[in-house]
Amino acid sequence: MAMTMTQKILAAHAGLDSVRAGQLIMAKLDMVLGNDITSPVAINEFKKNGFDSVFDKEKISLVMDHFAPNKDIKAAEQCKQCRIFAKNFSIKNYYDVGEMGIEHALLPEKGLVAPGEAVIGADSHTCTYGALGAFSTGVGSTDMAAGMATGEAWFKVPSAIKFELVGELRRPFVSGKDVILHIIGMIGVDGALYKSMEFTGSGLKSLTMDDRLCMANMAIEAGAKNGIFEVDEVTLAYVNERVTRDFKVYRADDDAEYDEVYTIDLSKIEPTVACPHLPENTKEARELSSIIPDQVVIGSCTNGRLSDMKAAAEILRGRHIAEGIRCIVIPATQKIYKDCIALGYIDTFIDAGCVVSTPTCGPCLGGYMGILAADEIAVATTNRNFVGRMGHVTSKIYLASPEVAAASAVMGRICDPRDIK
Amino acid sequence: MNTKGYVHKYGDNVDTDVIIPARYLNTSDAKELAAHCMEDIDKDFAARVKAGDIIVGGANFGCGSSREHAPLAIKTSGVSCVIAKTFARIFFRNSINIGLAILECPEASEKIENGDEVSIDFDTGVITNHTKNETYKAEPFPDFVKNIIKSDGLLNSIKNR
Repeated sequence: MAMTMTQKILAAHAGLDSVRAGQLIMAKLDMVLGNDITSPVAINEFKKNGFDSVFDKEKISLVMDHFAPNKDIKAAEQCKQCRIFAKNFSIKNYYDVGEMGIEHALLPEKGLVAPGEAVIGADSHTCTYGALGAFSTGVGSTDMAAGMATGEAWFKVPSAIKFELVGELRRPFVSGKDVILHIIGMIGVDGALYKSMEFTGSGLKSLTMDDRLCMANMAIEAGAKNGIFEVDEVTLAYVNERVTRDFKVYRADDDAEYDEVYTIDLSKIEPTVACPHLPENTKEARELSSIIPDQVVIGSCTNGRLSDMKAAAEILRGRHIAEGIRCIVIPATQKIYKDCIALGYIDTFIDAGCVVSTPTCGPCLGGYMGILAADEIAVATTNRNFVGRMGHVTSKIYLASPEVAAASAVMGRICDPRDIK
Repeated sequence: MNTKGYVHKYGDNVDTDVIIPARYLNTSDAKELAAHCMEDIDKDFAARVKAGDIIVGGANFGCGSSREHAPLAIKTSGVSCVIAKTFARIFFRNSINIGLAILECPEASEKIENGDEVSIDFDTGVITNHTKNETYKAEPFPDFVKNIIKSDGLLNSIKNR
């Protein structure tokens, strides 16, 4: 029976020759991930239920990134609980302050996810690793606890929507963020509910790994179970530099069934912004020039990677952010941070009037490091613009690419990077 | 298995950031989370909600974060079931895994109004609206899910395996 890429990976991990959409399966896991918010709940459940060993100490990743460096005493206690658990169970991939980065930038960078693998993470943006051709999906803390104990998780096999990408993006003003915001605007925040989003087509080759990681990251914002990219030379070049273990590349069958097929012409994608309070409320950046932000955030698991930093630095170089704007730049990992120093981006950001933070999820989820006051407006390269997401319940968030965010910081209003003066 | 209670009604895309804002995620204490449940969308919910009450939402209920704190806050606040047109998938599995009853029923989601008195028969999926004298039919859980709920959550079902 013909299968989608996701179905093939799930079948292999369930020990089955084939699976069909809707089938309930138990699948073996190659990686189980948690952070400092979700892991404490998982650890409590793990202990409460009397488990005394983990399935594989090398296949669990604990990343202290959300409220770390600790934002307050309670957050410190949560990190401490994770630290003790990691030590007691000899968890190999435990990342604390000094080594940690934002989890979904860190795991691919460290070679902890490879094509064809099955990954669960107690964080909704775990779908990011679909960019590498892995099946990867967000779950809750109980699934994480069960995953740590047994190395397995239950899934309902999803059907899929296929996105056939053609053409080429108009660099340097348009990037992966604009594509995924465009798609979410088109299909809606529940447009892919319970389904896979499979990305393929001749346009793939023009998308960098950072573009793909950003796009797969936001599959959850369309309700998807996972987003997944066909593996090509770009993927293999990235993975072969980082992964030493064997992995298997799966491809969708030519006659696989899809619920829907969309063709996306990348050359037609405009700089796109999602307006409050849903990622589906998309408009072209040019339509929003009357919006005056108080704060600009460039970073997160969606857009905190080196090419995002580069895009922002190229716009900010030799310029200064507008009066009244607070611009916070957050490289997603220590490696990205160091690369930004070596390449002169950090100087550029500071000279332009931005502040540069150590890696953290902080402001994206209204944790710390950039909370909004009542009625304040942010332009952010993050992934959600829900009510109160970044602070006060009356604050507003506009989601954008690093290019649009940097241009908006300079101009003091939402700005298409082509219109910057 | 049955429940009966009064309805708190919300619209589409009720996200996990309004169910339990991230500013309270520095704790996993269920009672503390419940005290702030729905705060950014319905300020007085925690004070108003009574044991057995039912939340009714629209499409894509529970979208956003994977935080299990969201269904946990709802369950601990005393809510006996969430009915919606559709659920976001992580919220759906988290609810099952922690033993919060949830039912997908577009008709109930549309017709039930705030304050209605509703009872639910989980074995048959029949939802009765006593205020309006109407009944709606939801799909009862598949056996696989029933087993998890019968074992009082995923982890117990694993231990019993």
